[in-house]
Amino acid sequence: MDFVTPAFILDVGLLAMLLVVAFAIVRLRSLFAIVMLQGVFSLLCAAWFVSLDAVDVAFTEAAVGAGVSTVLMLGAMLLTEREAKPVPVRLKILPLVIVTIAALAMFYAIPDMPGFGDGTAQVNTYMGQYYVEATAREMFIPNVVSTTLASYRGYDTFGETTVIFLAGLGIYLLLGFNGKAGQWQASPAGEDIAGKVSDETSDGEGA
Amino acid sequence: MNPHIILRITAKILIPLIAMFALYVQFHGDLSPGGGFQGGVILASAVILYALIFGLDAARRAVPPVALRIGMSLGVLTFGGTGVAAWLVGGNFLDYTAFAPHSHHAAGQHWGIFSIELGVLFTVSSVMVAIFYGFASRVPDLSDKDW
Amino acid sequence: MVVILEHFNYILIIIMLMAGLYVIYANHNLIKKLVGLALFQTSVNLFYISMGKITGGVPPILTEADMQAQNGQLETVYSNPLPHVLILTAIVVGVATLALGLSIVVRIREAYGTIEENEIDAIEYEHNLEGVKG
Repeated sequence: MDFVTPAFILDVGLLAMLLVVAFAIVRLRSLFAIVMLQGVFSLLCAAWFVSLDAVDVAFTEAAVGAGVSTVLMLGAMLLTEREAKPVPVRLKILPLVIVTIAALAMFYAIPDMPGFGDGTAQVNTYMGQYYVEATAREMFIPNVVSTTLASYRGYDTFGETTVIFLAGLGIYLLLGFNGKAGQWQASPAGEDIAGKVSDETSDGEGA
Repeated sequence: MNPHIILRITAKILIPLIAMFALYVQFHGDLSPGGGFQGGVILASAVILYALIFGLDAARRAVPPVALRIGMSLGVLTFGGTGVAAWLVGGNFLDYTAFAPHSHHAAGQHWGIFSIELGVLFTVSSVMVAIFYGFASRVPDLSDKDW
Repeated sequence: MVVILEHFNYILIIIMLMAGLYVIYANHNLIKKLVGLALFQTSVNLFYISMGKITGGVPPILTEADMQAQNGQLETVYSNPLPHVLILTAIVVGVATLALGLSIVVRIREAYGTIEENEIDAIEYEHNLEGVKG
């Protein structure tokens, strides 16, 4: 029992809090409470990331997950509903069975995974250590995550920036910055065709 | 007397500090945890805080949607432009050592990383504020029930 | 027993993954499904980062001594930075796709008047039936 250090107790404590929040999200029906608990879950994850030495990731998770994401979900929730309607119990049995089978399959694979904190595991020895050594040797920049993100894996970051741009583009097309997207009337050559096409399209166009 | 006067005064003190902290995180990404993504999100949260407390119209006058459209594209353009500039100077795409091939302190890498982090800052902050504008400017169908 | 204590993080994270998946399967409300998806994504990020932790390691920011070392011999043990890089990308992309999903839910609400999946199915069924009849 020599690994029951204070860090271990902190890890287990944070994970226990995460589990409690996850089960509360499963059971609640008030959407306001669920959105707020999702923010709390992100913040506890950020705290656990700091305990796992992932400081950049903790920073991003706290800012993005607990900050911006909660505001966006609140905005969407205010535009839709406040409560979820109850689901009859007989429709919940099959999902529970599927999820239990998936969990058991993953538990079966656990003994093959590297131990927690193992420095000699295959996943921690090959490229990760290479990036640390290469940064020390030739980059003269202390933050290894920054150099890896920007220089050694610059293509991935380029793709990520493009994905974020596409998300902004999608929001512009779906909702519009002035709240008017989806409410335009098509009028080719000045002729109002909204009445003629409304039978074929879904119920929302040309509102 | 506006009932939200405490919120307004506190926000007026905090918002410039938040924006300054965002720029600090952005430019110290090389030395401490930080970088483009974190700085961009913090800058966006400063604008969102302003919109929450002073109203969406005031925020739209301060940060107009035109600026957001330009900012989104400018970020991706800066990132790709750095790669193309590395091409033009003689290296490969996104090969930053081509910017200063004879330097002993990897100056080319410094310039390249600085430039792409700036691109990431523009895109991330513009998109986060744009998403908030998209949700906040939509009029809900139902009247607001009491909380 | 030692296996459980060495792999406790995987066991608990798998339970959280399955909780998120259950929220997606067993609910009809679209926003609650999206919150379950966010839960699932955050748990996957946790899974990867917990694999990169090295006991006795420090965050991957080079110390002064290691910055001066020229021959690649490092004195301190750093936690693996590669999962951090990948998960940083995953978090920001996750919030971007979540925002897109939420905006689609808002448009669905305006079009159908409801965000419960079974009610939307019923409305679509009636709508298609009218197309078949008329």
